[in-house]
Order: sequence, then C-alpha cells, then structure tokens
Amino acid sequence: MVCITRIVLDVLKPHHPTALEFSQAIAEIGSDYHVCLTVIEMDENTETLQIEVTANAIEFEQVQTVINSLGGSLHSIDEVEAHGGT
Amino acid sequence: MNMLRQVGFLLRITRSHDIVRRYFVVNGFDGALTMLGLITGFLISAPTELSVIISACLGAAIALGVSGVSSAYISEAAERRRSLAQLEDAMVTDLQQSAHGKATRWVPILIALVNGLAPLLISLLILIPLWVANAGIVMPLPPLYVAIIIALTLIFLLGVFLGRIEGVSWLNSGIKTLLVALVTAALIFMFVGD
Repeated sequence: MVCITRIVLDVLKPHHPTALEFSQAIAEIGSDYHVCLTVIEMDENTETLQIEVTANAIEFEQVQTVINSLGGSLHSIDEVEAHGGT
Repeated sequence: MNMLRQVGFLLRITRSHDIVRRYFVVNGFDGALTMLGLITGFLISAPTELSVIISACLGAAIALGVSGVSSAYISEAAERRRSLAQLEDAMVTDLQQSAHGKATRWVPILIALVNGLAPLLISLLILIPLWVANAGIVMPLPPLYVAIIIALTLIFLLGVFLGRIEGVSWLNSGIKTLLVALVTAALIFMFVGD
C-alpha cells in the first residue's frame, strides 16, 4: 500500500482561529502527525499559510476536512512525499 | 470537543467574549436597579399586599428577560451575518459549513441567553425574601428591606466583577456601582415619596 508521508499545503485562512489553534487541530488527527505552519502573508482579514504535515500515513481527506471546518481554504498542494508499501 | 470547549472556541473565533461579559454586567445591572426601584417605590407608597408586590416585580423581571433575549438576538444575529459575509468575501469561499458558519448561528443565541438571563436571575434572587415572607417564614427584618439589601449587595458585586476585569481596585469599583444604586434610591425617595 502506498502511504503519503509528507505534504506541503498552501492555505488561506481567516485570522481566527489562530495559527496555533489551526496547527493543533491538524496535529490532533493522529498521534504521529507533525505539523509545521508558516504564515507567508497577512492582510486585513486573512492569512496565507504554508502547512507542512508529516506522518507515517497522512489521511489527506481528514486534513482537508479540518482545514475547511476551521474556515480555511486549500489553495494548492505544493509538495508530496509518498512511500510504496513492501 | 466537549460543549464548553466548543462554546469557548466559537466565542474566541468571533471575538465575542467581551460582548458576552458586557451584556451580562449591563443587563444584570438593569435588572438589579429595576427591582431596587420597584421595591423602593412600594416601600414608600401606601402599604401593599406582598403578593401584589411579588406579581409586579416578577412581571417586570420576565419583561426584562424577554426584552434582553429578543433585542440581543436580533442585533447580534444581524452583526454576525454581516461579519460572515465580509469574511466570505475576503476568503472567496462559502463558510456556512465551517466553524465561522456555526458561530454565526450559535453565538447570537448564546449572547441573547446571557443578555436575557442576567436580569431575570438577578431579579429572582432579589425577590427571594418576598417569596420567603409570603410563605409565612419570619425573617429578622421586613422582607422589602431584606430585598433591598440583596439588591445593593448584588449591585456591589457587579461592580467588584467589573473592577477585577479592569484590573483596578475591586473595592473602589464596587463602591462606585453601589453609589449609583444609592443615588437611584435617593431620587425615588425625592420624587415619589410624600
């Protein structure tokens, strides 16, 4: 089975919830999830983020659901690392 | 996510904590002063049956509660919908299914409940001695005096609460709100008394 182990996402989100709450919510998806969030740009109402998620097997649908539920909008998937199963 | 955490989260993303606190104090103060005014008015008028006083005060308390709930809901719902529309414009996406959409539906209800329940509950607390006396239980002081003491205490406590939020002396803040209540009572004595 092929597993996604790393993704880098370009996300637009409102100022609230904060970057801290946003990354915590994504990291809560799985115990091995590691989230690295960088605020790239900020304007009056929104923030552009680069979110790097690493895990043994990333559930992309869940990551996207969490982003949408917090008011974020996924603009693009910029990088992906996938590992083939043995 | 448990319910309290969820409520805290929705209040945080809409930055409504301050509004809830402000409504609680403002309308709680309204409830306490209204009861103080009514009871002081009854105290200096011709002797009236306790059941009549209770009915009048309870009527006013219910009206304050309903007025608080309805007015806050109408204004907050409009404000939240406007904020969501602005955010959706900025995000260029539909946020109805997000936490922001949920907050737009639930935060006005929460604020309305706080706005309505604060004066209602504070009024009911002030009316307790009247119910106790009406039930035939003897108190060390006449029930109207006990009710006035409870009203002044609650008004002082609202001041203390404000002082703690502001980070200033709770005693000074409590005394300030107490003075407002005493001025109100004095005005009633002046204009309503014989």
